[in-house]
Amino acid sequence: MHGFRDRALALVFAAGVLLFGAAFANAGPYEDALAGLTTDSFSDTANAINALTASADPRTGAVLEALKDQRLLYSTGTKRVFVKDKSDRLTDAATGQPVAAPPADTGNVRLNNRVRGMLDAALGSLTLMAKEPNRRFDAAQAVFKSRDAGALPNIDKALEKETDARVRKALTEARAAIVLTSGETSPEDKIAAIAIIRDRGDQDALGLIDGLPADLPPAVRLAAASASAKIQGNLAVWSALQNAWYGLSLGSVLLLAAIGLAITFGVMGVINMAHGEMVMLGAYTTFVVQEYIRAYNPALFDYSLIIAVPLAFTVAGAVGIAIERGIIRFLYGRPLETLLATWGLSLILQQAVRTVFGPTNKEVGNPSWMSGAFELGGITITYNRLWIICFALAVFVALLVMLRLTRLGLEMRAVTQNRTMAAAMGIRTARIDALTFGLGSGIAGIAGVALSQIDNVSPNLGQGYIIDSFMVVVFGGVGNLWGTLVGAFTLGIANKFLEPYAGAVLGKIAILVLIILFIQKRPRGMFALKGRAVEA
Amino acid sequence: MGAFPLTRLLDRSSAVFMILLAAFAVVIPTLNLLAPASSGLHVSTYLVALFGKYICYAMLALSIDLIWGYAGILSLGHGAFFALGGYAMGMYLMRQIGTRGVYANPILPDFMVFLNWQELPVYWYGFNHFAYAALMIFLAPGLLAFVFGWFAFRSRVTGVYLSIITQAMTYALMLGFFRNNFGFGGNNGLTDFKDILGFNVQAETTRNALLVVSCVALAICFLICRAVVTSKFGKVLVAIRDAETRTRFLGYRVEAYKLFVFTLSACMAGVAGALYVPQVGIINPSEFAPGNSIEAVIWVAVGGRGTLTGAVLGAFVVNYAKTFFTTGWLAPYWLFVLGGLFIAVTLLLPRGIVGTYEWWRARRAERQVVPIAAQAPHAAE
Repeated sequence: MHGFRDRALALVFAAGVLLFGAAFANAGPYEDALAGLTTDSFSDTANAINALTASADPRTGAVLEALKDQRLLYSTGTKRVFVKDKSDRLTDAATGQPVAAPPADTGNVRLNNRVRGMLDAALGSLTLMAKEPNRRFDAAQAVFKSRDAGALPNIDKALEKETDARVRKALTEARAAIVLTSGETSPEDKIAAIAIIRDRGDQDALGLIDGLPADLPPAVRLAAASASAKIQGNLAVWSALQNAWYGLSLGSVLLLAAIGLAITFGVMGVINMAHGEMVMLGAYTTFVVQEYIRAYNPALFDYSLIIAVPLAFTVAGAVGIAIERGIIRFLYGRPLETLLATWGLSLILQQAVRTVFGPTNKEVGNPSWMSGAFELGGITITYNRLWIICFALAVFVALLVMLRLTRLGLEMRAVTQNRTMAAAMGIRTARIDALTFGLGSGIAGIAGVALSQIDNVSPNLGQGYIIDSFMVVVFGGVGNLWGTLVGAFTLGIANKFLEPYAGAVLGKIAILVLIILFIQKRPRGMFALKGRAVEA
Repeated sequence: MGAFPLTRLLDRSSAVFMILLAAFAVVIPTLNLLAPASSGLHVSTYLVALFGKYICYAMLALSIDLIWGYAGILSLGHGAFFALGGYAMGMYLMRQIGTRGVYANPILPDFMVFLNWQELPVYWYGFNHFAYAALMIFLAPGLLAFVFGWFAFRSRVTGVYLSIITQAMTYALMLGFFRNNFGFGGNNGLTDFKDILGFNVQAETTRNALLVVSCVALAICFLICRAVVTSKFGKVLVAIRDAETRTRFLGYRVEAYKLFVFTLSACMAGVAGALYVPQVGIINPSEFAPGNSIEAVIWVAVGGRGTLTGAVLGAFVVNYAKTFFTTGWLAPYWLFVLGGLFIAVTLLLPRGIVGTYEWWRARRAERQVVPIAAQAPHAAE
């Protein structure tokens, strides 16, 4: 970088020396080029951009940036060019002096699409020298896409100095792209370039190689064909991984929705058709929490979900306990009646929420730490999906620990395994029933907090999950949390792998049919509890 | 047929029901067609269509009661059979439109022309003949029920598991029928019907005729159900309902019994759907919605599970309430009422209206004979 800075200093010095004469006599290629911007002609502007780039003057970057942002002004009368900065102050592009009052005849230097394209390419090769590695990387990527042969000298120059490995790779690829598409390079160079592009291996690389003209020498064409096949194979692997990721994501949603059901249906044997409405209540709790935060303390917005989790658990859990005490305890041993009563309850809850909050979707915002995405190899991972997977697993582990290690968990298991014996040991079974049901409902409420981030919060939110949740529990095996985990992820991944072939709806139908067939084979699910009873 | 089988078939409440149904089938059309519009006795055509709809719902309820009340199979997907029958009828009615459609294509229904289909899909062949459509009304739901039931009962999927997979079945069908490329009109379904067997669907006389036909079909279904449940076969069904494993141990092929009654019930639901479609003028995939099937179950529960007359009564009562609530300012409260009905009936009135009445009469009769017998335990539910 030393040479660059020295040269820049020298130029500034030279500009200072020539300051007095500058107004009348043009001095140096940079100043010559600037004059081209004052004629209000697109072709002159284009030539000026090329001349500016060729001048390698350090001030070029600022001028071109200003031109791109429509902040470059010129005056026809004085033939001066001014750069307007973000706070509307003008500086003379040639002298660098601030200008208090611009001449009356100033106007913007205008652009059309052709000039804009040239400008982007010019800026791209200029930013190849930028200080920040990220900008250099972006510039190299831009050159890769534009394959502007004019950028080749700049790339070569940048490659000489580049130290950052990532940027270096991008530059090499950009260079290869230019070499490959240019008509003047030798077949050997082209084959070498193909190898570099092949190693890049993404969709852009495939597009570049497949878009090569057909009249290339046979050796190059052969290399291109094999590279294309290699990239396609590579991309297929990445797309499978991406599908697997989507599947995991869907699986985590299913797990969240089904895990509460695994408690109420799986452990207690209670069919709760209002389970989806517990999820919905959790989502609406999140909405209310966010509304309060927006109204009273917007700074806390990023913590809204963390605040909503315990609240949603409490709300849904309390409603669950009320349901158990008010309805379900009268219906133990009559599963079909329980099903009907809780279905009725789900209608009431939906309509109640519709009455209170209105039938439309409610806006629930993503906190900043859940927005955005990042790239991992060839797959895109969004933060909200990633957090939901982590959250689902955390809830699962917490529940498992609770059932295994706490006194309440012990009593719950005792009551489900042998109610009479548990009662004889002094466990208050009715209380345990209510708490178990409350726990299952509360977890559904927590699921609602997570689902509010990726789904529409409306009174119908829960209905969309109820059949899927039952499928997960039935598929995984009733009374077994591990079955629910495996079931949720199996169904999620299977669904996402079927989707590209069958489409979203047919994929779902196929899954339902497969589950129905699966239940024929194993009526008690994948991980059935073993026992000797004729009727479980 | 001797006197005994007839009295077995028609006990007191059944006889009352048949007489009421016959009176209904005669009085409503008479009042619609003969009473002048100005007189207080006139029944509007709107009401005729509404009653026709109720009769179809009553048939659906009857078919559910047959399997739920007597064989203990709670199907939450009976709406699927109803809708399949409806689609079979709808396909016939679509083919009858012919060149009177918007695109005037003699073969293809409008929605196919709209989707740029060049020829009729194979499964639409034959629906221009009523006889073929009538066959499909039985065959489509019956075949689905047979295959589904064969798989389900053979592997002893019972109770709530069966309920859930029947629900999944109708849900899957709903998703499928919503798709345009299934060839059933996508989410618009089949509508804009012109005529049935040459009679205008919209005409008053046709509507009355459809009401009478529906009543006759309901009567036939009712008699078939009575014949099933009062026979020895019916006794085995009740045994399966109350103690399935024990019945199996006694040497009965439980799955064969269940499969037969399930398929029979699905055919009845199909007929109900087929009669429903010309009277409401549309069939679309929302008929497959799981909610509809569960709602039909509550009709049976309200009227009285295991009492065939109760199913019919329940369908009338609940649907009348629905019409009453959803057509006025009370509309937002209908779901509260429906939901409350689900809860109240299961908690407070598990026998339903007719069941409670019969239970009360039986208890009174017992009291009059030997007062102590009133304390004897009643049959398990």
